Amino acid sequence: MSKLLSIKNLRVRFRTKSSFQAMINKIEDPYIDAVRQVSLEIKEGETFALVGESGSGKSTLALATAGLLNAEEGQIKFMNEDVTTMTSSQIMAYRKKISYIWQDSIGSLSPRMSVGSLITEAYKIHNLKDRDLKMEADRLLKLVGLPTNIKERYAHELSGGQARRVGVARAIALNPKLIIADEPTAGLDVSVQGEILNLLNKLRDDLGVSLFVITHNLNIVRHISDRTAVMYLGRFVEQGQTDDIFAKPRHPYTLALLSANLTPYQETSLKNKIELTGEVPSLMDRPNGCEFHTRCPFSSKHCDDEFPPVHTFNGQQILTCHYPLK
Amino acid sequence: MSENILKIRDLSVNYHTDRGKLKALRHVNLDIPKGSIVGVVGESGCGKSTLITSIIRQLDDNADIPNGLIEFEKQDLLKLSQDNMRNISGTKISIVFQNPMSTLNPVISIGRQMIDIQYRDKISKKTKKQRSIDMLTKVGIPDPHIQFNQYPHELSGGMQQRVSIAMALQAGPSLLIADEPTTALDATLEVQILKLLKELQEEMGCSILFVSHHLGVIAELCDHVVVMYAGQVVEQGSTYEIFNKPAHPYTIKLLECDPASISQKQRLLPSIPGEIPDLTNLSGGCIFKNRCDQSIDRCDQYTPILKEFDNTHFVSCHLTEL
Amino acid sequence: MKVAIKRISSDPLGLLGLCLVTLMVVSALGASIFAPYDPIQLNIMERLQGPSAKHLLGTDQLGRDLFSRVLFGGQVALKVAFLSIGSALIVGIVLGLIAGYGPAWLDNSIMLLFDTIRSVPTIMLALVTVAFVGASLTTLIFVIAASSIPSYGRIVRTQTLTIKSKDFVKAEMLMGASLPRILSIHLLPNILGPLLILASMDIPSIIALEAGLSFLGMGVKPPTPSWGSILNDGFALIRNTPWPIIAGSIPLVLATLGFTFLGESLRDLLDPKLRKSL
Repeated sequence: MSKLLSIKNLRVRFRTKSSFQAMINKIEDPYIDAVRQVSLEIKEGETFALVGESGSGKSTLALATAGLLNAEEGQIKFMNEDVTTMTSSQIMAYRKKISYIWQDSIGSLSPRMSVGSLITEAYKIHNLKDRDLKMEADRLLKLVGLPTNIKERYAHELSGGQARRVGVARAIALNPKLIIADEPTAGLDVSVQGEILNLLNKLRDDLGVSLFVITHNLNIVRHISDRTAVMYLGRFVEQGQTDDIFAKPRHPYTLALLSANLTPYQETSLKNKIELTGEVPSLMDRPNGCEFHTRCPFSSKHCDDEFPPVHTFNGQQILTCHYPLK
Repeated sequence: MSENILKIRDLSVNYHTDRGKLKALRHVNLDIPKGSIVGVVGESGCGKSTLITSIIRQLDDNADIPNGLIEFEKQDLLKLSQDNMRNISGTKISIVFQNPMSTLNPVISIGRQMIDIQYRDKISKKTKKQRSIDMLTKVGIPDPHIQFNQYPHELSGGMQQRVSIAMALQAGPSLLIADEPTTALDATLEVQILKLLKELQEEMGCSILFVSHHLGVIAELCDHVVVMYAGQVVEQGSTYEIFNKPAHPYTIKLLECDPASISQKQRLLPSIPGEIPDLTNLSGGCIFKNRCDQSIDRCDQYTPILKEFDNTHFVSCHLTEL
Repeated sequence: MKVAIKRISSDPLGLLGLCLVTLMVVSALGASIFAPYDPIQLNIMERLQGPSAKHLLGTDQLGRDLFSRVLFGGQVALKVAFLSIGSALIVGIVLGLIAGYGPAWLDNSIMLLFDTIRSVPTIMLALVTVAFVGASLTTLIFVIAASSIPSYGRIVRTQTLTIKSKDFVKAEMLMGASLPRILSIHLLPNILGPLLILASMDIPSIIALEAGLSFLGMGVKPPTPSWGSILNDGFALIRNTPWPIIAGSIPLVLATLGFTFLGESLRDLLDPKLRKSL
């Protein structure tokens, strides 16, 4: 399997104050880093999951990968082309190969367009006039398991599950190579979560598309992804094969996330749970040394002083911690 | 058998909508024993929100209650006047919502709000302030003297929710209703808040009615579980019984479909096919029949009644009666 | 549209408004058909008569039939209202879209322009313009349009800013949609509805403004009938006969009530219900 997406040392910043305000308030650096030093690779046909809590930067990373946000530093390479230095025609070609499934399944659909128009938008945008749009719409709806008469409906008339499938149909219209799925099961009842996950898996098998799944729901990660990265305050604290990470989490934050994943089942419940103290620090006030040390139950003075090194286990699992768990 | 702080019997609630009469709750029975934590779990459309709003008497104008009894401290809440209900809300029964900003007034400092809700008490302002600070300390707010003067938006989501809990518990209620209080919070924060609720409950001895769609949270916190589906109670019992020996086909399927329950990585995940029936157009028989893979003829014609299946374990299913 | 008409009919005030507006538009457009007399036809013999079978609203000081003048006056009112609001909308929408979607400095500049225009009272603007180019229907339309642009532009800008950050717009951008496409297909249709309703509720005040400016002599020149000029004439004759004033006021009152009721009904329609079904 060849490398599809390669991100190296990505940094994405947001401005917190205008130059004028910064001048008045004597703020030297009116920026926050939503994503810092992130590197990852996704191969063709692979599913990569990104987990993290609020403020972790996962949505920012996803939007930057999709090209909606500019990177301050670092490189994003897609099929060996540097995304950050693309010309506008190259970017249009890029947009055909990468698509996005939004967290807000209804809000991401233009309110005054029918479902049929929505899922064939991509054809119109890229001027593919020779296609029979009605046929394409039917084909896409069939692929996602929706009845073809839903073409005439509008976004507000759909249920959450239906809207989500419409979002998927739209995303696969031009046969992308990579689909970014932002919280694909958010707002869905547990009894129907399986349906959307099965659909994504099926698309991966049938169309060979790679998936970049962003979620805070650890339970679905296990069933859908090959590799996983854990994000905290804009950095990857651990990444590796999903099975390894679940079986043997080595970063305390990963263990904390797994511990916080409450389930009623004895068999899948974690034995050695840990608990975190406090809350996520503000991005404007990053802790010194290891940025996780303020909440880590294993932290020592060393963690406050020095930024932790990067460890690699079995060539696969990468993490940054002073005291990786055994 | 311990006493019940809240007893709901045969509660039915209808909403009058454009599409017809929506039967949101049908003959719901529910007991909350004193000092216990009862969890109500259900998916969208199960009626848990309607249940809560019925208890606190905040139903929309288009709702009507054709039958039912909600007994609290020997009074039927449904028969109380609005004034009498107001005396109970916030003092004997209080509520914490999913979104703390729907409880907190954004333009008043949290300290002021904590003092304001003690308006019924005839004590000095100084005492009220001290009480508020004590309560804020109890819920884990650091530096309560300073936070006292902060505005809600200056606090993080987790802190806001702690303040909501502090306000709800200030008057020492006998029943605390929690409507998805941790759903909007990160998991690592959620466990802290749940731990807090458990500690406070033990200390203050109040009962909690905890509503959530999250099975894991319910299992972690609650003593008893009530499973609702499309406006009806389909099963209820102790936490152990419900999660380890589920009897209703819906509960069984629900637990099977939860990705968390599947320990081995699976390519094809189970789900319950179909949708909940149209509550404006019910056809009689069991409410789950169109999605149940074990339904029999009887299920089409007769609605099953909640019956005791095992010790304190109740199920509403024809199959368990066979 | 059919749904809209059905819903409005269920609201009694809305229905009344719809009827009044239809009455006004039809009578104005068909003035030449309905008017029994030529509105500028002098007939000094029959001056200052009260209402009669021959002259439904009586005659003015020059013997002109007031009813006919009122009908033709409606044409002026409609012309001014639709032309001025129409042009204000077009300019307001363009500037509002640019301000909302473009960079911050452009937004600030356009807002500054709007605020400057709004700081000048309409009457003053009218006086100055008339002083430069003389009074006429065109001047009137220009003045009213210019003073209306900021309010429409502001609304469009605010809506654009709100919608710009919504997920469905981001989704379109991500698919590679061009700026014109986003503005015309995704932004504008979502803004137009509420905007048009607001504009229709401005019609009564525009008509009143025209009447006022004509009353002050800055509007249409005699002998062209306009409701304002009828009022103006009537004002001078108030001691002789009240009928010119009444004749001039009735259409103003009916038009104001009509457009206001209709506009409010449309707005209520659009706000809660349609938002649910839209």
